Amino acid sequence: MKILVPVKRVIDPNVKVRLKNDGSGVDLDNVKMSINPFDEIAVEEAVRLKEAGEASEVIAVSCGGHVCQETLRSALALGADRAIQVETDCDLQPLAVAKLLKAVVISESASLVICGKQAIDDDAGQVGQMLAALLGWPQATFASNVAISEGLAKVMREIDDGVETLEMRLPALITTDLRLNEPRYASLPNIMKAKKKPLEVVAAADLGVDISPRLTVLKVTEPATRKAGILVEDVTQLLDKLKNEAKVI
Amino acid sequence: MTILVIAEHDNASLKASTFNTVAAAINLGSDIHVLVAGSDCASVATAAARLDGVQKVLIADAPHHEAQLAENLTALVVSIASDYSHILAPASSLGKSALPRVAALLDVAPISEIVGIESPDTFIRPTYAGNVLVTVRSADVLKVITVRATAFNAVDTSGSAAIEAISAGTDVGLSSLIGRELNKSERPELGGAKVVVSGGRGLGSSEDYQRLLEPLADQLGAALGASRAAVDAGYAPNDCQVGQTGKIVAPQLYIAIGVSGAIQHLAGMKDSKVIVAINKDSEAPIFQVADYGLVADLFDAVPMLTDALHSGN
Repeated sequence: MKILVPVKRVIDPNVKVRLKNDGSGVDLDNVKMSINPFDEIAVEEAVRLKEAGEASEVIAVSCGGHVCQETLRSALALGADRAIQVETDCDLQPLAVAKLLKAVVISESASLVICGKQAIDDDAGQVGQMLAALLGWPQATFASNVAISEGLAKVMREIDDGVETLEMRLPALITTDLRLNEPRYASLPNIMKAKKKPLEVVAAADLGVDISPRLTVLKVTEPATRKAGILVEDVTQLLDKLKNEAKVI
Repeated sequence: MTILVIAEHDNASLKASTFNTVAAAINLGSDIHVLVAGSDCASVATAAARLDGVQKVLIADAPHHEAQLAENLTALVVSIASDYSHILAPASSLGKSALPRVAALLDVAPISEIVGIESPDTFIRPTYAGNVLVTVRSADVLKVITVRATAFNAVDTSGSAAIEAISAGTDVGLSSLIGRELNKSERPELGGAKVVVSGGRGLGSSEDYQRLLEPLADQLGAALGASRAAVDAGYAPNDCQVGQTGKIVAPQLYIAIGVSGAIQHLAGMKDSKVIVAINKDSEAPIFQVADYGLVADLFDAVPMLTDALHSGN
């Protein structure tokens, strides 16, 4: 069984995001970039399934410009076997990414896709579900536990008021939540090895799908910042402020 | 232009986020339908018919909608989509799972978790953990949207819409629910609570999280929340997590106890009306957003606060 893991290059989660001076978007110049943390969890889960003998190969895929190869190398260092970069300089929106990934899933005959539940840059949380829909596959979003055996996936997922477990026959798609696993650190020898693993570049244009953007960004702004309030001396003063100033209790 | 709102419910009662989503729909047009897909869910349809602004409630009542699987809900919504200009759902675990699926099958670019509506094709949504707001215009004929409930004030319930049964479709049979563990609580729902008492890693253990926070929440009629660090450490269940990837809350009063205030946590609570922070580390970032900060050992301060509320002082 082949597992395909889409990965996205995003601003490192520890970087404070700033807008460009002209307000046209987020300033990405000289900013540290990383693999999307949820995608890292997805790679880890796929690699664990391979280590457990449930999968034959883990393929990492990223869509975008040449810089995505860095992200793919991170996935390879974590244990993915090979990588595919779907190359385009287009501004890719989630629907377009789902269509590109569909083409790759079909050409690779993958029977499981594990992806992050959302990317921490656009916070859209759409690609996995759209890819599953386009493939006609079942999905289990927000996974906190995955068990696969004999072509059946049992996935525990985090829902608004607790957890639930879904059963799906493969092929299927899973999106990862925070507590699915704790990704390993890539060791130096594995980082070196990753440089030699196969990385194939496929032109997006050759996949025959419409990737033109549907959404136009009209404006990018920072939300009003909250001002720090005051420090109170003790519990008595806190209660007094809540009752008589804020009037919330 | 007719707008479809997908109701959030548990087959027995309508969830609060539906009230907010209908409020968002009112900004788009006046012809609003609510879809209730479930099993033995007539009481939900009756409740939905009372929401102000709703013209019609569609009920699809069938056993295969009981578990509210994304695949079955998607098939149903797609089957009626051609009647609508907009399809809205709360940005809940169900809405987030099903709506992108619906959009993909209709070849539409969905718009996630909107917090503002500029016009029927232009929406505001947060990105980068709420640090960047983006205004986007959709070029699609049909708009498929999830709504952040806290950004829209709930509608009242003085309406009396018609209820119409529709074909529930067939079970697509792609997945099945084999177990569900809900965290039952007498407390208000976290997403809609007026007061939230939230704990972080500073609490140190699951025992202390419960021992200190539950009595305080009882005094305030509050929901319990937690930071990611506290959930990861096992102090609180996953559905308590407030933040970028957890729940988004905007109560009248948010009390953060032993929470450091990582930006991912702030993303989930910074729209609260009044924020109180109790933390012994005066440098904790939570104090930068708190209206009232108390630098103190929470193990002393929290019982004092609970006692003072209890005795009415």
